[in-house]
Amino acid sequence: MTQEDTVPPELKRNVFIAPVDWIYNLGRAASVWPVMFGVACCAFEMIVTVTSRFDLARFGMEFLRASPRQSELMIVSGTVTKKMAPQVVRLYDQMPEPKYVLAMGACAISGGPFKDGYNVVPGVDKLLPVNVYVPGCPPRPESLLDAILKLHKQIRAETIRTSPWYRKDADREIPVPEYGPRGLVLPKGDKS
Amino acid sequence: MTAKETFDRLAAKFPQFPLGYLEGKDTAILVKGENLVGLAQHMRDDEEYDYCSSITGVDYPDRFEVVYHLYSTKKEGGPVILKVHAERENPMLPSVVSIWPTANWQEREVWDLMGIRFSGHPNLTRILMWEGFEGHPLRKDFPGSEDEYIFG
Ligand code: SF4
Repeated sequence: MTQEDTVPPELKRNVFIAPVDWIYNLGRAASVWPVMFGVACCAFEMIVTVTSRFDLARFGMEFLRASPRQSELMIVSGTVTKKMAPQVVRLYDQMPEPKYVLAMGACAISGGPFKDGYNVVPGVDKLLPVNVYVPGCPPRPESLLDAILKLHKQIRAETIRTSPWYRKDADREIPVPEYGPRGLVLPKGDKS
Repeated sequence: MTAKETFDRLAAKFPQFPLGYLEGKDTAILVKGENLVGLAQHMRDDEEYDYCSSITGVDYPDRFEVVYHLYSTKKEGGPVILKVHAERENPMLPSVVSIWPTANWQEREVWDLMGIRFSGHPNLTRILMWEGFEGHPLRKDFPGSEDEYIFG
């Protein structure tokens, strides 16, 4: 069956036939809502990215959402301390699928200047799966915008046939770390 | 008033407390632990140093040291810096919370991170690290922490 058979002639100029992935991803990439959540100094660059001068809303990001349940992107903007780690993971677990993580700044990437400290998680990718890394200390708003465009590109390249989140048995819940006597510990009885 | 003049005046005024004068980049007054609360009381009531802005612990090879920065909201000048030595084993100093309430959380922080106890503190618990954490991470001999992460 070809396009000629299925589409009546009077609709040819109005109906657009495209793969589901393409149209679905276009819609998703054009409205990625970040959760309003800043952990350290990088958060200021994130805040200024939303203001009129840099205007994140141009890319469909609108406001930072005040609830993780309305968000699909977590911008980890700064140092994740060990004391904050359980809350970061808990926020991530509360976000609905599909969800993405953007590690902003040296601290979120690797612990940055505090890597060897007793109190800092050396990179948020130890806790969460990260999609885009933005280097800088802090990255300028332009870098954050660039990273978000890169994330859009990633989203548009996804296909629901292989996406880990588009499955009935998808279970991407991350175990929330707990405080132990010598540092963070994984909860007992977890899957890993 | 220079730090030396302040020291001379305090030393003359409080002969009951033997004070030491520490010269260097930051001139300070060395107090004995057992005299700390008595001197603090006088510093607040007679000398009008009513604000203790910071309490810091220092880890030296042979001793611990606690540094107090005192300011006055009533007269110009300051800070007056008091230093107190504590032993390497089981360091313990008297608490000054009853004199400057600002000392409350600061002494808890010194206890949490440096492991120096303050006798007479109303609630000497950890303030930055969580309950159940072992050790005092700002000590030079802190072995470093061991963490388990889900991803490597
Ligand atoms: S990367 Fe730099 S600016 Fe960003 S949170 Fe770390 S120290 Fe602050």
